[in-house]
Amino acid sequence: MELYQLSAHEAAGLLKKKAVSSQELTDALISRIEHVDATVESFLTTTFEDAVATARAVDKKIAAKEDISPLAGVPMAIKDNICTKGVRTTCASKMLENFVPVYDAFVTKRLKEADVPILGKLNMDEFAMGSSTETSYFKKTKNPYDAGKVPGGSSGGSAAAVSANLAFYTLGSDTGGSIRQPASFCGVVGLKPTYGLVSRFGLVAFASSLDQIGPLAKDVTDAAMVLSMIAGHDAMDSTSVQLPAQDYVSGLGADIKGLKIGIPSDYMGEGTAPEVKTAILDAVKVYEGLGASVEYFAMSASKYALPAYYIISSAEASSNLARYDGVKYGYRSEHYGNLLEMYQNTRSEGFGEEVKRRIMVGTYALSSGYYDAYYKKAQQVRTIIRRDFEAAFGKYSVILTPTSPTTAFRFGTHMSNPLQMYLADICTVSVNIAGVPAVSLPCGFDSDGMPIGMQLIGQSFDEATLLRTAYAFEQSTLFAQARPSI
Amino acid sequence: MNQIKYETVIGLEVHSELSTKTKAFCSCTTEFGGEVNTHCCPVCTGMPGTLPVLNKKVVEYAIKMGLATNCAITKSGKQDRKNYFYPDLPKAYQISQFDLPLCTQGHVIIHTPEGKKRIGITRIHIEEDAGKLLHDVLPEKSLVDYNRCGVPLIEIVSEPDLRSADEAKLFLEELKSILECLEVSDCKMQEGSLRCDVNVSVRPVGQVEFNTRTEMKNINSFSAACRAIEYEAQRQIRIREEGGTVVQQTLRWNDEKGESVTMRSKEEAHDYRYFPEPDLVPIVVSDEQIKAIRNTIPELPSAKRERYMSDYGLGEYEAGLICLSKDMSRFFEGCAALGANPKSVSNWLLGDISRMLNEKNLQAGDIHIKPEDMAAFLKLIESGVISNTAGKKVMEEMFETGKTPQVIVKEQGLEQVSDTSVLDGIVKEVIAANPKSVEDYKRGKTNALGYLVGQAMRASKGKANPQMLGGMIQEILSGM
Repeated sequence: MELYQLSAHEAAGLLKKKAVSSQELTDALISRIEHVDATVESFLTTTFEDAVATARAVDKKIAAKEDISPLAGVPMAIKDNICTKGVRTTCASKMLENFVPVYDAFVTKRLKEADVPILGKLNMDEFAMGSSTETSYFKKTKNPYDAGKVPGGSSGGSAAAVSANLAFYTLGSDTGGSIRQPASFCGVVGLKPTYGLVSRFGLVAFASSLDQIGPLAKDVTDAAMVLSMIAGHDAMDSTSVQLPAQDYVSGLGADIKGLKIGIPSDYMGEGTAPEVKTAILDAVKVYEGLGASVEYFAMSASKYALPAYYIISSAEASSNLARYDGVKYGYRSEHYGNLLEMYQNTRSEGFGEEVKRRIMVGTYALSSGYYDAYYKKAQQVRTIIRRDFEAAFGKYSVILTPTSPTTAFRFGTHMSNPLQMYLADICTVSVNIAGVPAVSLPCGFDSDGMPIGMQLIGQSFDEATLLRTAYAFEQSTLFAQARPSI
Repeated sequence: MNQIKYETVIGLEVHSELSTKTKAFCSCTTEFGGEVNTHCCPVCTGMPGTLPVLNKKVVEYAIKMGLATNCAITKSGKQDRKNYFYPDLPKAYQISQFDLPLCTQGHVIIHTPEGKKRIGITRIHIEEDAGKLLHDVLPEKSLVDYNRCGVPLIEIVSEPDLRSADEAKLFLEELKSILECLEVSDCKMQEGSLRCDVNVSVRPVGQVEFNTRTEMKNINSFSAACRAIEYEAQRQIRIREEGGTVVQQTLRWNDEKGESVTMRSKEEAHDYRYFPEPDLVPIVVSDEQIKAIRNTIPELPSAKRERYMSDYGLGEYEAGLICLSKDMSRFFEGCAALGANPKSVSNWLLGDISRMLNEKNLQAGDIHIKPEDMAAFLKLIESGVISNTAGKKVMEEMFETGKTPQVIVKEQGLEQVSDTSVLDGIVKEVIAANPKSVEDYKRGKTNALGYLVGQAMRASKGKANPQMLGGMIQEILSGM
């Protein structure tokens, strides 16, 4: 077995036993990236020197018998919309091609404090808008299971890097499914925490009321370890909640006998691929075998979730992305005769098609005369969906759905039809609208050998139950151990 | 032809920078006058990924102003984004309040020559200031200074209750005195910490409904507000009398030229696309908080004015003027507490001291005279040690140097001469030297006495006690 094939917790265990050094782990990944990423194309920027320096510092601490954090010395990589001081943070956009933040995101700070070697920054859909990572200005990341297929998105680079063993884990961001859907497409675990559990400070905003940072990992234990490291109150984010620090790992092994799982029938409708449906039904059997009870129920408002999501997220995006005007930083057009032309040309040239589409949709939805019909109505739907989830959690501890109605599709499939692309998010957007946590974990393969993911949704701030439920499934099946042959 | 009598209808939007130590959403200082772009950080310059965190003092100060102007306080409020592009606004939206302002439905009382008048306050909301464009540094290019960006503001919107430029000025002065009294804003107009937009329409006297209004921006002083209102009212009246239509628009006031120019028409009005700011949590204010803030409100200018009239016997006008300025009333009360005659203090304060402040373009806060020196000064006059005329000199010197009056009197030899033996000599000399005036007096021209006293004062170099001189001259003349 190669070092890069280890899970994060296995690597951390070997480090603590001094069976391996952090430098060895880091070197193994650097060499793996140098060999494989030419094919996968998941990294936009690499920071190998910094990673090695951190690894050496950790090795010194270990040699000096100093206490180290649980994931110290275990290398990872970060989605390129999370700010890293002194390292360019592009959001995969021409607009921020040369943007170097002078500050770290809260999560980046936490990683550095924990002595985690950071290997670099990962590709994504431009400004996290997309479900295939095809809208990146720089490159098209390949699905490690099939280079002709997309890795999902928007955290496609983060999912592909974990799947192809280029990092022990990665961080992504999830606004409507951007961690879970690529995790599902690439056969890894992806967790979107409860809104407010992880600080958004330093995450370049797409839709402020929906965005959350979370881990993409090789298994549930790793995801729990990463969450323990990045969760917690941050005075720099008003929406970050004040909760005591929690260890999400220790409770994973508790059994789930008597646990009530609900399946919303609406999530398994017409558009769901038969093989995905079968995999979910098999998962149900696994859970029943573990002593959980599974019941179908209706969540009728969920059919409005997708339009509501696209209105709210685009409205917020139109405002969040207005700051990219060429005045202070980022791209500025070279062709303008006055201020208005500078704005127009900078934004026309600096943003890609999908970003411009969402800015236009969002601007329209907020315009006077249309606000009530679109934005306000979408907020009303949001309230209804929240109540639906509250009602469901009155009966069930966890809700189970497919993560995506299909497995990974071929490049170009939906690029000419954005609405088809938006449907890839149908199972995931409600979760962001309600603010609840959800995890995607591998639960099967289709006939082409592409991974299928299932989504477990938990109650707000009850990541413990959610992860325990995911862990129980993972321990009873072999899907988490599967890796692409790349 | 001109038979219609018009009245002007005015509503004001007053922007006041709050005097919090740090900005509204980050920990940068709000201090004025720092080197360009040194009082800013990634948050207030809207760098990618940064988030605002509301400064609690901003809410406290705004509520304080709301309570002082009799407003209802919104207990469950929120903040909204006002979206527009401009280089001084680095996020391309201003965090403001749209439909749930912190304070609503208040009023203040102004004192017009016709008596008290109630002016409604529609709302007070909190928002952040923008940066400042610098056009004169580089040729063909504009630069931006973000020091002011994110400084907290309150916007106070009045009802259209004002009917003249004078009333508007009284209202602005009243607001300013309340803001200063509460210590929530330093109200320095020259530093832009108090600004206003005026909305003006005209209608025939007796008409109930309002006519089309225009909005004027870029007004930097109270007197500019008056000029702008008068100009705009006349412009609208002229349009109406010529049979034209007043068009709703936003104008920019040019105070140097004394005229307004169109900024944008109604059709060009911005669509700010307000929506709730998702990066901030709702503003929830409890009754306990409101009560606690209410307890920190000191005596307001209006109450103080009443007290000055009843306790110190000042006239309404004098009391009103002194109470407009916190520093002036502090000085006044300091002197009164030391036993100085309140009316005399008021006279000097509103007379010579105010004149000198105006001449030197200073504020009441720049008065360096100590109340105890003022009290001593008045005692010197009352006890006849110095004359009123000499008093003016002493006052000027006190104002300039801050020296005590006793020292000034001694240094300049200004003691009033009341010694009869000295005065007697002067009186005799003057009578001897002015036989014609003596003759006049005897023939009944009593004002000749004044002339003789004046001559005697001159001979004493202004030091003689004029009352004594008058008595002595009269005595001698009537004996002649």
